[in-house]
Amino acid sequence: MRYVDEYRGEAESRRYLDAIARTATRPWMLMEVCGGQTHTLVRSGIDRMLPETVTLVHGPGCPVCVTSVELIDQAIEIVRRPGVILASFGDMLRVPGSGDDLLSARSAGADVRIVYSPLDALALARKHPDRDVVFFAVGFETTAPANAMAVWQAARAGLRNFSILCAHVRVPPAMEAILSAPDNRVDAFLAAGHVCAVMGYREYEPLAERWRVPIVVTGFEPLDLLQGIHMAVRALEQGRWGVENQYARVVSRDGNRRAQTLMGDVFEVVDRAWRGIGEIPASGLRLREPYRVHDAQARFPVSHIRPRESADCRAGQVLRGVLRPTDCPAFDAACTPEHPLGAPMVSSEGACAAYYRYGKRS
Amino acid sequence: MTATATTTRYAGPACPIPTADYPTVQLAHGAGGSLSRMLVEKLLLPAFDNPALSVLHDGAVLAAEDLCAAAGASASPGRSTDASMATPSMAALRGGARLAVTTDSFVVKPLFFPGGDIGSLAVHGTLNDLAMCGARPVALTVALIIEEGFAMDDLWRVVTSMRAAAAAAGVPVVTGDTKVVERGKGDGLFINTTGLGVVPAGVDVTPARARPGDAILLSGAIAVHGMAIMSVREGLEFETRLESDSADLGPLVQRILETGGEAVHVLRDPTRGGVASALCEIADSARAGMLLDERALPVPPEVRGACELLGLDPLHVANEGKCIAIVAPEREQAILDAMRSHPSGAQAVLVGRITDRRDGRVVVRSPIGGERILEPLSGEQLPRIC
Repeated sequence: MRYVDEYRGEAESRRYLDAIARTATRPWMLMEVCGGQTHTLVRSGIDRMLPETVTLVHGPGCPVCVTSVELIDQAIEIVRRPGVILASFGDMLRVPGSGDDLLSARSAGADVRIVYSPLDALALARKHPDRDVVFFAVGFETTAPANAMAVWQAARAGLRNFSILCAHVRVPPAMEAILSAPDNRVDAFLAAGHVCAVMGYREYEPLAERWRVPIVVTGFEPLDLLQGIHMAVRALEQGRWGVENQYARVVSRDGNRRAQTLMGDVFEVVDRAWRGIGEIPASGLRLREPYRVHDAQARFPVSHIRPRESADCRAGQVLRGVLRPTDCPAFDAACTPEHPLGAPMVSSEGACAAYYRYGKRS
Repeated sequence: MTATATTTRYAGPACPIPTADYPTVQLAHGAGGSLSRMLVEKLLLPAFDNPALSVLHDGAVLAAEDLCAAAGASASPGRSTDASMATPSMAALRGGARLAVTTDSFVVKPLFFPGGDIGSLAVHGTLNDLAMCGARPVALTVALIIEEGFAMDDLWRVVTSMRAAAAAAGVPVVTGDTKVVERGKGDGLFINTTGLGVVPAGVDVTPARARPGDAILLSGAIAVHGMAIMSVREGLEFETRLESDSADLGPLVQRILETGGEAVHVLRDPTRGGVASALCEIADSARAGMLLDERALPVPPEVRGACELLGLDPLHVANEGKCIAIVAPEREQAILDAMRSHPSGAQAVLVGRITDRRDGRVVVRSPIGGERILEPLSGEQLPRIC
């Protein structure tokens, strides 16, 4: 398959692995920010092929995982109301809130639909004018433009029965939070290529400068990751910092300006609580005032909800790269994909699920 | 998407029920009275017409000769395998043949999908379960649970499709049942089929027979059914020409058994949960290690593209017309050639081997040469694939 197989060659992979082994003279810890990258690493076996000097830790880049318990509880509360259809990406359905998850709400009769695009949720709102259609808008800057587009279209068409429960998060503040944590061990980042496809990488430059850390914008195929790792290790060995772009076939420094304009029109930046990590300043997006009629939190009374997190789940440490999934006492014991305690065990981008699915059980 | 708006439009004879009077199925159609009788006599009997069924007794009574004929069919190379040529004698049954029974319920959504419908799927699914036991099919039963208000034309389409699938396999539907549940208490139509078959003497396929060194053969492209269904599911529609691979694997399995005989150790059709779940189950129950080569897996470009897009692993996606055969290495090439000589196995390939690790784990070698351990599908991939 074009644009895929070229980035999965065995001989080329071998060459990069050799180059990484030759380059790394000291132990380095790299964080791949995006959960999609985590899955490629584990699925293709790269994590087992790297030299011992290079350790990868998995970052917070799984939008499902970092969505707060409070927002999941709100989604469940909203969909239990008569006349509501909640449309969501499939991954969100099994993430536990304080008590239930959306799947069990569905089993109990709530109308929860799986969609693959916010525009499908918009179509549901058109099809059911007598129902309240709420889209659970989860994601990083990658999905924000499509969600902005759905709200913008709803506003233009006067679809007052369409709203979003906005759980959007931004990557750079999360990287800043990781770097500023006292127990941070990350020497360099592989930045999330698809987030940068939208946003470009200008906003990472001050971050790299301030923390003197190499940041390599990296793609998602095995060869992308190997090349990204090589670039990061080379920069570390040479004592360089700054932003490099491995994913140049998709990402430009400025990103997608039209998408950014639309996002800026529809969303504004707010502080946001990340599951397992806590509140990170300026790390979230919410709808601007003119679009507030499409904001589910404004339409439904949800502010009374008081969330509770499982005491056994150490997802926060996993998401910050401080703890490996397999080092969590609950991993493969109290916590499995069938009975997840925390979101990283659920989502297809979650680090715990990746370890579980690809046989990293010790 | 509605049940009737599909790419595979029914073009057969019209429904024999006077649909002007009964455009939809009524509760009374399942109440045992005159409407029930009309449904059976006008719609079901003509579709599945055979001596055992037309008695309309409480159960079907089958002639012992039918079982003997199936049992007498040889599974060894070089001997006649045509059931009609075999001598129907009790000796065949006494010589180590065994009965095989399997049952399966079908709750697929949508009911009509590219490449098939719930009717053909319900027949193929049960025939294939028999085939994976090494059994020759003798008879099928069909139970329909219909939701009140279900379109009579759609019921006719489904029944016609079942008839065609059963007739193609030469297997009679000998008894059945029809129930109607109140509107809102079902999801259109559920079908249960049970299959009865005979495993001839000398055929012994079971996971316990997987041995180190055995070849793992796959009869063709994987993940086609699951992606075809997904492409038409409400909320997930995407444009594709994919059609379900739903098919009767009986003839292919007969060819495998004729060629391989006792060298055929395990047969499995990787339906729900895909190839991954099927292999993990076999590895686990046989305590056998497996090594798969991901590059050898036949995944059509359209399926790969859709899987990449939706974040699915083709190894976890359902198939309805594919067969895994685990066979002794001495006969693997002959069996592979035999599979390829049959239309259902034209793209058969060697995808891996049983290793001597005996740890019950399936290891996949990735395209870049890394290794990972394959896990069965956990939780639901999407609601109700089949």
